[in-house]
Amino acid sequence: MSLKPAVSKTDHTQGKKDADIVIVEYGDYQCPYCGAAYPILKEMMKKYGTKVEFVFRNFPLSEMHQYARPAAIVAEAAALQGKFWEMHDAIYENQEYLSENFLLELAEKLELDPHQFNTDIKKPELASKIDSDFESGVMSGVNGTPSLFVNGTKFNGGPEDLLRLLSEIVK
Amino acid sequence: MLQKNDVAPDFTLFATPDQKITLSEFKGKNVILAFYPADWSPVCSDQMALYNEMLKYFKKYDAEIFGISVDSKWCHMAFSQSRNLHFPLLSDFEAKGETSKKYGVYNTEEGECNRALFVIDKNGIIQWSYLSPMAVNPGADGILEALEKL
Repeated sequence: MSLKPAVSKTDHTQGKKDADIVIVEYGDYQCPYCGAAYPILKEMMKKYGTKVEFVFRNFPLSEMHQYARPAAIVAEAAALQGKFWEMHDAIYENQEYLSENFLLELAEKLELDPHQFNTDIKKPELASKIDSDFESGVMSGVNGTPSLFVNGTKFNGGPEDLLRLLSEIVK
Repeated sequence: MLQKNDVAPDFTLFATPDQKITLSEFKGKNVILAFYPADWSPVCSDQMALYNEMLKYFKKYDAEIFGISVDSKWCHMAFSQSRNLHFPLLSDFEAKGETSKKYGVYNTEEGECNRALFVIDKNGIIQWSYLSPMAVNPGADGILEALEKL
């Protein structure tokens, strides 16, 4: 199964630009398995960030996780102020405290401009970005979270397996 | 297992403790049937949770989705409530597996349905079917591709 559409400028990326190895995660901010994957993927980028590009796409299972979508919106709003990854990390590092109030506290803590933030979280563009991430995930064969893709192909293993794979292929 | 261009066999199954659903009543709509082994088992739960998020996409294609397993209507009700599911789970419970047998997706060894998907068009003809390995959640990309082709 392959990634549709391919990684583009509208994606949130970190690590090496246009790297030979591109990892995409479809994640849900409230999903405990994504929470467990987070430190491993963080470690992975610490180790291989100069050689690997990492992309995060939204896949909120909103019916099961009531804060998944609000968290995704807050992270997208942070992105508009250049702080996507700070927010992404802060949410996963505090997953057990997730609530709407807590998300607003995080926005404050990250010193987002409050006026802009409050306007942005209501923008239909943010909602449709999340929907289009979700749709792209479904069309790419995402069947749960986290789902990982390596160079556009679905990776049928967990984050530890991915770390192992990278230790073999990254020179 | 029934394939493309086969007529979808009709059935009437409990959807809630006091309500039955008959397939032929949905003529004029596209129908997705998702046979799965059991309520509560981890893979199925992921699969049903995914479809639950996809209802608005299915609606775009004028499609209804039904999950089907051999669990009883009461078991389905508890499962559905715990997962906040917004689509019917049908109970192929009495005679056990009768409907899944008609579709050729009953696993006699386990006494459960296989994990199988069918997309049925508005005239009641199967347009796509897919048998997934028991332990693999098949996702929804195949369903959407099939709906797109209708």
